[in-house]
Order: sequence, then C-alpha cells, then structure tokens
Amino acid sequence: MGQIVLDKVSKSFGDVEVIPPLDLTIEDGEFTVFVGPSGCGKSTLLRMIAGLEDLTSGAIAIDGEDVTEVPPSKRGLAMVFQSYALYPHMTVRKNIGFPLRMEKMDQAEIDKRVETAATSLNLMDYLDRKPGQLSGGQRQRVAIGRAIVRDPSAFLFDEPLSNLDAALRVGMRLEISEMHERMQTTMIYVTHDQVEAMTMANKIVVLQAGVIEQVGSPLDLYHKPQNVFVAGFIGSPKMNIFTGPEAEKQGAHTIGIRPEHTDVSMTEGTWKGTVGVAEHLGSDTFIHVHNTGLADMVTVRISGDISVKHGDDIYLTPQPDQIHRFDAQGLRIE
Amino acid sequence: MAIVAQSSKFSSYGRPVLAWGVGLLFFFPIFWMVLTSFKTDADAVKPEYLFFFTPTLDNYLNMTDNYDYWRFARNSVITSVSATLFTLFVSVPAAYAMAFNPTRATKDVLMWMLSTKMLPAAAVLYPMIFLAKGIGLYDTHILIITVLSLINLPIAIWMLFTYFKEIPKDIIEAGKMDGVNTWGEIKEILVPLAWGGIASTALLIFIFCWNEAYWTVRLTTIDAATLSKLIEGNRAPEGLFFGRLSAVSTAAVGPIVVLGWFCQKQLVQGLTFGAVK
Repeated sequence: MGQIVLDKVSKSFGDVEVIPPLDLTIEDGEFTVFVGPSGCGKSTLLRMIAGLEDLTSGAIAIDGEDVTEVPPSKRGLAMVFQSYALYPHMTVRKNIGFPLRMEKMDQAEIDKRVETAATSLNLMDYLDRKPGQLSGGQRQRVAIGRAIVRDPSAFLFDEPLSNLDAALRVGMRLEISEMHERMQTTMIYVTHDQVEAMTMANKIVVLQAGVIEQVGSPLDLYHKPQNVFVAGFIGSPKMNIFTGPEAEKQGAHTIGIRPEHTDVSMTEGTWKGTVGVAEHLGSDTFIHVHNTGLADMVTVRISGDISVKHGDDIYLTPQPDQIHRFDAQGLRIE
Repeated sequence: MAIVAQSSKFSSYGRPVLAWGVGLLFFFPIFWMVLTSFKTDADAVKPEYLFFFTPTLDNYLNMTDNYDYWRFARNSVITSVSATLFTLFVSVPAAYAMAFNPTRATKDVLMWMLSTKMLPAAAVLYPMIFLAKGIGLYDTHILIITVLSLINLPIAIWMLFTYFKEIPKDIIEAGKMDGVNTWGEIKEILVPLAWGGIASTALLIFIFCWNEAYWTVRLTTIDAATLSKLIEGNRAPEGLFFGRLSAVSTAAVGPIVVLGWFCQKQLVQGLTFGAVK
C-alpha cells in the first residue's frame, strides 16, 4: 500500500513562497516522476513528503492517514539521496541492515533480509567493505539496498543518478525501472532530466517555480502539452516554438512543432532555410536550420541516410496534424 | 632555476634548523624547570651550579612528605575529568543542534558564547567568591567542576560545531529516514563520524582544565585545591625556593606533558579547528 495525497500543501522560506498551495494524488504502486528545471521546488516537495521539511500549510496523507505531523522515521517511507548518504563508518552489510537494527529486528532476520537485498543488487561480494572502497554505482546500489530492506510503503528518490557517469546512469535507470516492475511499490522520483522522466515514469509531474504545470503519462505530455513550458521542456531535442505571422496563420499566438514532425526536402516546402550544424548520430541526423524567418534556429530530425551539409539550402514542411497551438497566455488550444 | 635551487636548499637545511631552533626555544623553560627541580634551593640560585651540580631528589621527597602532593593531584584529576565530561555532555548536543538544525539566531548565539570569553575574569571575581561562599560551595569539587565547565563550554561548542559542520547533512537525514531518533542520531551516526574531533576537543578541554589557575587558586583553600594551588602555595614570604617550586611545577605539568606527547596528532587537529581536512 502506498497512496500519497497532498492537500493544499505549501512551503515558504521566510517571506519567499517556494511552493504555492498545490494538490496532488499519487496512486498506490505508481512510478511518479517530479521533473522541472533547477530551483523549481521538486526536491523541496519530495522532502516535504519525506518529512524532512515542514509544511507551511496543507496536509499530507499516506494511505488515508494524516502524516503531516508524523516524523520521517514513522512515515514508512524510504529515501535514496543524490549523495548516496551512506554511513561511512559502517560496512555495506551494516549500512543495509541499519534501518532494521533501528526497528530492533531479530539479528538472524536482519542477516537474511540484507543478503536477499544484496543478492538482488549484486552486492554479495562487497558486504564487508566500507562505502569508501566502492565505486559510485556500487554506492548507489547500497543506498537502494538500504531502502529496499525496510519494505517501505513508498520509495523516494532524490536525483539518485545525477552523480553517476552517463553509461552507468542508463544502466541504473533500467535497474530501478525493473525494480518497480518487480515490486509494484509506489515510487516518487525527482529529476531534472526529462529523458529519465519519460523513460521511467507512469506519471510525470512537471513543475516550474513550485507550480504544477501538468500531470500526465509520458505520452500525454509529449502529445498534448498543456502549455508552452511543458511543450518546450518535454522532448529531446526541444520542440521548435514560434510566435508571429506563422502562428497567426494557424489561429494561435504561439505554435510549436517537434523536430521529428517536420518533413525535409531539398527542392520544395513551406519554409526555406540554410543548414547550419548537422549532428550525425548514425540512425538520425539533427539539423539546425537558420534563416527561415521563423526563429533564430529551427531543429529538425531526419533519417541518418539523408546527406546534408553546412550551407545547403533546405525546405521544411510541418506535419499539419502535429502542430501544437497555444494562446497568448501560453495555454494549449485544442 | 636559481630560486628553485635556493628554496630547496632552504627546505633541506634551513627549515630543520629553524624548526629545531624554535622547538628548543619553547622547550627550554620546561627543561630549565626540570633541571632546577633536581637542585637544592641554595644551588638553584648559584651561577656556578648552572649546569653542573650534584642532583638531589630531596625536593620531590619533601613534596610528597610535606605538602601531600597526591591530594592536590587527585583533586586535579577529579575536577578536570569531571569538568571535561560535563562539558562534552552539554556541548555535543548543543553543537549538534546548531550544526544540523540551525535557526536564524544560531549565528548570534555562537557569537554571544564567544563574547563571554572576552569578559575579563577579574570583573566577576568578587561576585563569584561571594556567591560561592553564600551558597556554601566555596572550596568544593562541585564548584570547581561547574566553573571549569562554564569557562570551557564556549570553546568546546565552537570546536564541535566546526567538526559537525563537516558531516554532510544528508547522512543525518538518511538516519532520520531509517528510523533513528535524536539520541540515536548522536550515538549511532554523529559520534562515530566525528570521533576524532570529539577526542581532540576533550583532550584540549582537559588540558585547559588541568592548567587553569585563576579560578582554582581563588575559589579553593584545601578541600578542592588543585595542583595550580599547590604551586601557588609555594610562594614563601621569605623568598622563592626555586628548587622546591620547580619540583612542584614539574610534578604538576608532568602528567599533561606526557598526555600531550601521546596525543600530538589529535591536539594539532584540535588547534587548527578543522581548518585543514
């Protein structure tokens, strides 16, 4: 069980309101990702759920029980920190078993649980080492192990992969996703990386300046961004967003078109431009087109087979049913 | 190149010579005190016996026979150990609270505590004596322990605060998530992690307590008198008996010198206040 309900939760530091009152429900078993730029309040929100940060107003309920005044240790949640936050003076075995020892669990049961967790995380060979003798990836596994053994009602992850190198990050991302598939426990995951959000989440919560911009499944957010901010934030490379005559032609203040939804031709099309940088990834090529009169630069994704080079003239045609239209307030027009 | 060669020449010859020079300069008074303690009072003031004399143990033997050195030493141990433990008992939780749950007032509180060290002790001497006599605590262990604790608390809290600040907050928060209460955070996480810092703080406070003379001399007569009082008591009206005084002083500083010798590393760490990691 692990349904988490935030009811008009807000947070101020002194006179600065970092999170205006917000409501959010995270269903039991859901993998929810809080995503947004640095300083958007996503970590603060997670820490409020954890109990590490007091609420300025509002209430938090876990499985229907109000936990607003309950200390972190009594909320039944486990947290994985960006810095791993392992106890440097304890071995891996003691680190993983620590929360169980605090529960005054029987030593034999602790040993059993620690070994089960260590086996599932490939840590059996490292049980008697101290955190200082482990690599970053191993340390993060220990931190996850320490969270798993408690069998919490929900896991909280605070940018857990930010300190790892790119290759390891992809691997750990998969491991955490698999862990969720296997355990079906509620997970809340904070990240600024929208690729992590898209690949891992059942539900994404996009935050900006403490305000929820949109809540939805990854594909909802991709196909139907509710506003210009979400449109620009979700998707890689970023959506091309223009205002001006082209937008007005579409009956909108602002329009957006994703790089992968633009057709390219060397001879004819809606917009003419000049190829700036072409980034060849092999399977795809991202071309940055200048002098279209739409924006400084338009990014287009084309098949890797098409050969283009710097300075070529090129014609772009947006796929009409893939144009996103927004009004003067930046809200989506259906 | 010439500069590099010069500086390396200085490192290999000049620096050790300088270090030894400074070291010997600092050590000389101790050496002289120890040397004098083996002279008779008469020999101690005679220039011809400066370095060459017939050593005698009389000063040490008289000391235990006449002044009951061991009683003073016992009082020093009781008051210094108790004051150190009490100081830690108060300062560890205080520094923990300020390092991990700071409020807007934390910085001011720290500065205020430090400012109490700027108060001239003489300014409160008579109030303290009247107060101590008034409540019947004059010349008692409890009074000396209290006073030693109070004068050392600010420095202990500052030192521990500096050490605790170096512990990542995440680790303490991980503890909270793992079901540890406040006492558990201190016992299971903070103390093991800051053990070196706590040990050097304890050591320094112990040395300060042991060496303290201003208050221990003035707030005791017999029952709680420490070694500082013993040294002070050897000022005879008819002049100083240097041999005897040196023996008493050597016996008073001896334990602390030995302790300091074995704990050099912790002491240096303590004195640099965590400035070098």
